Amino acid sequence: MTFARDASTPAAKAVFALIASLSLAAAFWWLVGTAQQQADFQPMPLVAPLLAVLFIAGLSVRRLAALDGRPWYATATAALFGLWVLYFWQVGVTLFNVPRVLLPAPSWIGQMLIDRWDTLAGDWVQTVAKAVLVGWALGSGLGFAVGVAIDRAPFLQRGLLPLASLTSTVPLVAVAPIMVMWFGFEWPSKAAVVVLMTFFPMLVATLAGLQAAGRLELELMKTYAAGYARTLRDLRLPMAMPFIFSALKVNATLALIGAIVAEFFGSPTVGLGFRISTEAARMNMGLVWGAIVVAAVTGSVAYALLVQLERRVAFWHPSVRSK
Amino acid sequence: MAAPLTFSQRWLPVATVLLAVLALWYAGAIGLNRAGAVERVLPNSHPNGDWTVSDLVSVTLNMERPVLPAPHQVAADLYSSTVDWPLDSPRNLLFHAAVTAQSTLVGFVLGTLLGVVLAAAIVHSRTLDRALLPWIVASQTVPVLAIAPIVLVILGSLGFSGVAPKATIAMYLCFFPVTVAMVQGLRAPQRIETELMHTYAASKLQAFWLLRLPSALPYLFPSLRVAIAAGLVGAMVAELPTGAQAGLGARLLTGSYYGNTVGIWSALVLSALLGLALTLAVAALERLVLRRGNAA
Repeated sequence: MTFARDASTPAAKAVFALIASLSLAAAFWWLVGTAQQQADFQPMPLVAPLLAVLFIAGLSVRRLAALDGRPWYATATAALFGLWVLYFWQVGVTLFNVPRVLLPAPSWIGQMLIDRWDTLAGDWVQTVAKAVLVGWALGSGLGFAVGVAIDRAPFLQRGLLPLASLTSTVPLVAVAPIMVMWFGFEWPSKAAVVVLMTFFPMLVATLAGLQAAGRLELELMKTYAAGYARTLRDLRLPMAMPFIFSALKVNATLALIGAIVAEFFGSPTVGLGFRISTEAARMNMGLVWGAIVVAAVTGSVAYALLVQLERRVAFWHPSVRSK
Repeated sequence: MAAPLTFSQRWLPVATVLLAVLALWYAGAIGLNRAGAVERVLPNSHPNGDWTVSDLVSVTLNMERPVLPAPHQVAADLYSSTVDWPLDSPRNLLFHAAVTAQSTLVGFVLGTLLGVVLAAAIVHSRTLDRALLPWIVASQTVPVLAIAPIVLVILGSLGFSGVAPKATIAMYLCFFPVTVAMVQGLRAPQRIETELMHTYAASKLQAFWLLRLPSALPYLFPSLRVAIAAGLVGAMVAELPTGAQAGLGARLLTGSYYGNTVGIWSALVLSALLGLALTLAVAALERLVLRRGNAA
């Protein structure tokens, strides 16, 4: 270890700031905890130490951000920053006795996640496993199928493409009340909203992706006497993969938003969107935040899974290899 | 590439597709309203059941509470609700569209300013770049719109009402895409250009105004189009909780409470038109700014 010999390297400074800030933060945590036990608890004397901890925490992030050389330094910096946000959120809320309605402490949200786990799991199954997954697969699949189907009809392409691009400016999620009327309160109405929201991005991406094959490759296929279907399968669809995957990723987020917002318009007494809107109306903010944590984790995991899948499927593509 | 498309080559396909959508809509209206018409309307007008197909079609296209209202019903409702009432009446749909547009625009302007300022800070600070930017990028994969009810509750209990909570939600939805695009854009200048600024002994501020900001504009405007669409959705969702009296989102919700299908459809059509108008406004701004930039 270099910093043991030379205490002035950036790495040594970062490690020093990290240790100092973490131990100070732990000491301050203990201080807040004991001070709160006393009957005449006053937050004001603790503000100055809080600012000191804030300063050294900022310093630790700064020192860590200054490091170069290892790829995980960047991840560690972001993680440390997130940790500090959670810490000051927790300490600030406890110290100033912020009402739970305004901002529940992270520990309270965590407690809610554990206590009401069965409720949230039911909501997850209702919203994600049924509405989002079915809607996302159907909408993306239909968009892809229509894109491939009208590949040989330039007239239809020229007619559909401008309209499909325009739909990105339209608040499509507003069809939710109509879908609730048509398909009832259960999950199919939410899946229908998701289908509508995910169809157009995939259609636009498929049409763009099918144009991505270069002239040279197309002519090579022609010299091989490859027909339309063969060229589509072996050249043009593989070349379209990055476009299709980016639409799948965009659609994953859109599908979550669509299903959750559609539940604001009416749903059975289960579902993430239902949980968020009713518990917010009942001022039970711990559970609302819990549902949002579930939705956020779902979105990030879905994105990460799609990135992994793209690496498997389109491993040969320059856009994947360059990462 | 091929020669640029002629007028008819460009618009004929679009017109055909639009006509096909209209025809499908009418066919759908007849098909979906058929059961209701046979059950509820036709027995009253033809008690002995001697109605013809043309009776059925005309009834399905003019029902009071259709499953799917016909396009002309929606158009008539849009027309009557925008012309028959004064502009400041809550029965006028344009009034609701203006309420939604106002909170969208306020949120959009604030969110864009915030995004640009934060992007400038991120570009100039390694700490922010390493610590904050990954979180902002990751937030793109998360349904941040779900926080809207929380924002409403917090701002409501702090005593804010009216435009402020809706604009706040529109603002934070606009803010994320603008920040990410602006960070990319402010970093777009080539090394040789930044070095040129350096040899001119330009300050960081001068380099920002003369080099970084102009080269970021092509990145900014596409993100603005994304942002205003997201802001509109945010403003409409913010109007959903009971208590919101005005706005297109509130109209959608009251329409679904009272089973007023035609009302829902006209609110839906008007929100689509509002989205298009806002995007066109951003596009016009883009042309204006970029043309001035080229002339200078």
